[in-house]
Amino acid sequence: MNKVFLIIRREYLSRVKKKSFIVMTFLVPLLFIGMYALIGYLIAKGDEFGDVKNVTVVDENGMFRDQLKDAGNIKFTYTGESYEKAKAGIIGKEDAYLLHIPVATANTEILSSKKAGAGMVSTIEDQMNGIIKNNKLIAAGIDTAVLHRSQSHINISAKQITKEGEKDAGTWIAYGVGFLCAFLIYMSLFIYGTQVMRGVIEEKTSRVIEVIISSVKPFQLLLGKIIGVGLVGLTQFLLWIVLSIVLTGGASTMIMKNKADTAQTAIMKTSPAGQAAAMNTAVEKSNDKDMSVKIMQQIQDIPVAYTVFTFLFYFLFGYLLYSAIFAAVGSAVDSETETQQFMLPITLPLVFTFILSLNFIINNPDSSLSFWLSIIPFTSPIAMMIRIPFGVPLWQLGLSMALLLGGFFFTVWVAARIYRVGILMYGKKASYKELAKWFFYKE
Amino acid sequence: MLSIRNIVKQYGSYRALDDVSMEIEQGSIFGLLGPNGAGKTSLIRIINQITAPDSGEILFNGQKLNQSHIERIGYLPEERGLYKKMEIGEQIIYLARLKGLSTDEARRRIKMWFKKLGIESWWNKKIEELSKGMQQKAQFVATVLHEPELIILDEPFSGFDPVNAEVIKNEILELNKNGATIIFSTHRMESVEELCDSIALINKSHKILEGKVKDIKGTYRNNTYLLEYAGSKAEINGAAPFTVVEENNTGDEYRLKLQLAAGGDANSILSHFMAKGHISRFEEVIPTMNEIFIDKVNQMN
Repeated sequence: MNKVFLIIRREYLSRVKKKSFIVMTFLVPLLFIGMYALIGYLIAKGDEFGDVKNVTVVDENGMFRDQLKDAGNIKFTYTGESYEKAKAGIIGKEDAYLLHIPVATANTEILSSKKAGAGMVSTIEDQMNGIIKNNKLIAAGIDTAVLHRSQSHINISAKQITKEGEKDAGTWIAYGVGFLCAFLIYMSLFIYGTQVMRGVIEEKTSRVIEVIISSVKPFQLLLGKIIGVGLVGLTQFLLWIVLSIVLTGGASTMIMKNKADTAQTAIMKTSPAGQAAAMNTAVEKSNDKDMSVKIMQQIQDIPVAYTVFTFLFYFLFGYLLYSAIFAAVGSAVDSETETQQFMLPITLPLVFTFILSLNFIINNPDSSLSFWLSIIPFTSPIAMMIRIPFGVPLWQLGLSMALLLGGFFFTVWVAARIYRVGILMYGKKASYKELAKWFFYKE
Repeated sequence: MLSIRNIVKQYGSYRALDDVSMEIEQGSIFGLLGPNGAGKTSLIRIINQITAPDSGEILFNGQKLNQSHIERIGYLPEERGLYKKMEIGEQIIYLARLKGLSTDEARRRIKMWFKKLGIESWWNKKIEELSKGMQQKAQFVATVLHEPELIILDEPFSGFDPVNAEVIKNEILELNKNGATIIFSTHRMESVEELCDSIALINKSHKILEGKVKDIKGTYRNNTYLLEYAGSKAEINGAAPFTVVEENNTGDEYRLKLQLAAGGDANSILSHFMAKGHISRFEEVIPTMNEIFIDKVNQMN
């Protein structure tokens, strides 16, 4: 046991001391956050980055004159020119659009030298529909004030009823957390599994293996290596988790504080008479605009300890199960290029589960397919993580964990039998038949 | 010291060792010889408990070989290597700790050995920065650091230049003098004659020869003598107690290979030729280990 500890220590320290580990640990969360911030920024400000689109409106029945509002980077100008003349005017001009509304509004068309973007077309369509609808309602004798008040914005908030009371179901956050955990496990099974495989191949090609196993049993070496690399992964994840909790924690308190401040000042500023109205707008505002506050609240509702525990469990045992197979593959080959033929059966269940997770499980977390995928040891680390945020019955979680443990012991046993022979075989092209033979060799 | 009894090792349908037995005496240098693929490495791996035999047993000082013996054996494999990215001092400490030494003890001994071999300044160098010969020296240190009672060396001189090969040879002899038993697997027959007390020859999974080097060579003596002299050609009639097997001459320099008849006296050859001229060389032709090795293996095939 002391020897296994020595091996773990070497495997762990030799990796953690590397510069690449330190860089990865601190850079990856920053990169992720930076990437999301950039995407969010670009989406929010997307319109500003586009060129201004000048839309000349030729309105033949006059219903829309001065009714279309500039939106984003779309600027409307109205002209009394004839359709033909206006059409001639935009030929060859970039970013010049001609919106032609004939008497029969259903035949409206937009002309331009460049293709009009779908977002632009739908913005104009929405505005026109709104105007026509309003006009019709007014024609039917409905007061515009009533009309204005009748407009509503509804956000449905999903609540789960539990014994302790209602709680926010936070569907979107469940999506996000499930996806993130599954994605991290998916990635890490590959990253750390491959590290184990590389380590085995390195020992084989550098021929240090024979020296080592004249001192320890192959199984001790295998175990030490897998645990050592696993601890490296755990260290990295714990650092990532701590970093991201600190970062999101900081971000959420900042956002919440900001929102509260603006709402309060809005109320304070208005006279008592106008206060009620201001309240209304403030509430309305917080209803449709303050998604960010909501998201932050939902994030705070996540049972952190439970999620982190299940994540670490599935990461750890999923990793142990797969890395044992990766190690067996590493022992069977002489170089990394030869691993191809054995990689497919390893990657297939992972990729399969991952794709199904994104397209199916996340939308049907309680279906029977989702259930089975989250029970079978080879697919459960990913499938179960998708299901966790949606709530999983305790017996299913227990069964899944127990089977994963069993699967881990089984694969380690099989992998170790192949490994002990493989590490001493040089220059022999290993096939599946060969691996099976090694498995049945006596000690 | 080591008693190998009826070892059989089967890999699938291939039998790597078939009923191999040998005795290795305490304090001896034992040569394990055989052509490539004969089964030497399989046997060494069994002694190192890397693999287990299908049947048969090995006794270490009369005790059945078990895990506790691992720390009393040092093994230098033919296919050797170290972790390329690891610093050499740290690496040998690691290997020594796997053999049961404490960190401090390992550090002390490594310092001593490095000084002896003139490689003290390498402590913080990574293996990949060293030449092949330097790596071999480091690995030799790692093999003997835990002062094993039994040292198994598989082709220890490969990769060394003649100067360093001599250094290592002397270290091996000193270790042996200090009581270590050495098993020496090699193809280099001249080093066998130089170093080994006893040998065993393995071919095609079977042991075909075993014994003391002196005795084996003795049994291969066949009363052949080599004689060189300067003078006139010797007429040899049927009455002489020997026959000429080979004769070469340049001018008046003669070189003869003679076969002495059974029961004949070597001195009779000398007295016969003393009259013919000046004898410059006279010796019994004893086959070299190399010849015995090739002869034995060819006999088998």
